[in-house]
Amino acid sequence: MNINLTLIGQLLSFAVFVWFTMKFVWTPIMGALDTRRKEIADGLAAAEHGQHEQELAKERAKEAIREAKGQAAEIINQAQKRASEIVDESKGSARSESERILAAAQAEIEQETNRAREQLRQQVAELAVLGASKILRKEIDAAAHRDIVEQLAQQI
Amino acid sequence: MAGDTLTSSEYIKHHLTNLTYGQHADGTWGLAHNAAEAKEMGFWAIHVDTMFWSILLGGLFIYFGKKVADRVSSGVPGGLQNFAEWLVEFIDNSVRGSFSGRNPLVAPLALTIFIWIFLQNLMDLVPVDVIPYLAGAIGIHFMKVVPSTDPNATFGMAIGVFMLTLYYSIKIKGVGGFMGELTLQPFSSDNAIVKLLFIPINFVLEFVSLIAKPISLALRLFGNMYAGEMIFILIAIMYNAGVVLGLFGGVLQLGWAIFHILIITLQAFIFMTLTIVYLDMAHNDH
Repeated sequence: MNINLTLIGQLLSFAVFVWFTMKFVWTPIMGALDTRRKEIADGLAAAEHGQHEQELAKERAKEAIREAKGQAAEIINQAQKRASEIVDESKGSARSESERILAAAQAEIEQETNRAREQLRQQVAELAVLGASKILRKEIDAAAHRDIVEQLAQQI
Repeated sequence: MAGDTLTSSEYIKHHLTNLTYGQHADGTWGLAHNAAEAKEMGFWAIHVDTMFWSILLGGLFIYFGKKVADRVSSGVPGGLQNFAEWLVEFIDNSVRGSFSGRNPLVAPLALTIFIWIFLQNLMDLVPVDVIPYLAGAIGIHFMKVVPSTDPNATFGMAIGVFMLTLYYSIKIKGVGGFMGELTLQPFSSDNAIVKLLFIPINFVLEFVSLIAKPISLALRLFGNMYAGEMIFILIAIMYNAGVVLGLFGGVLQLGWAIFHILIITLQAFIFMTLTIVYLDMAHNDH
């Protein structure tokens, strides 16, 4: 337990160790710790920012959905209106077309009837005349058959 | 019985003698062969074992410290880096807690003190006979493996801290401020003559308290570790005293070693904390 040169040796080695620790051990480790602390702080801030952004985006998405829904409803309304319009239009045009066709057909029928009637009348008259001439060849009794011919002509 | 006591006291003395290198009485240089010879060597001798173990342990610390510091990254830390970071943060918190100034030296100083003293103290847990026995086998007859049981080691550190305290006291407060701190308090007066009379009284009081700081710092650590080592040695003597006492000694050694884990950590922590406090006092202007 003598105090001797060891004291100075210990003092010097202590100084060297402290210097070395300060220069090569403490500073880099503390630097890394500080860097990590900063990184974590940055990360947390970024996360918070991201969360905020997400909330905003959600809000925006909701708004967009609401808008789209409104537009869709409007479009459907318009389409329905347009569809009923088209149906009405086509109904109208079909009716008028059918009426027109009907009228044309009726006119044609009437025309045909008249023509047939005219033809028939002619043919009857001819037949009547023919019949009359045949009868006349056999017995001439105009007075007796005039009534019949007139009656026939009247009936046609 | 006489022989027994002689061997016991010899055993203790043997364990408490450092491996000393110095000048013999006849003028030659060499290792001391016994405690008396070591004492005769005076100041110009060196404790080879203390120097060897303390530098080995300090080297171990800075080796691992450098290893971690070289690979240190701010990413996910690995095992060794994790441990180093835990230590660094623990020291950093201690320094932040007690040191109010700004000085980049204090925290690394505290870390070095804590680890170095802890490692030195840790050697106390190696059974007292193992390393001296191995050393004896290769022809070295004295081997004290716990550097902190050598007052040279504790005073070396305490004087280092004391010099830093003085340096920063003078640097921060100036020579005048430092002298004023030594002479103008605790007693003070408005009357100039009374004030002058108080100066020597104040100086004696303050000087004693100033000197007491490094001495108490060194002796506290030395005393605790020396006493602990002594108890380990005394317990080791019981191994020679029969099976019953030997077993009892084994239980005692285990108990004391477990208790000693607390002491070695506590002493390292106290030394570190007081260093921080003393440096804080040196930085604070009254």
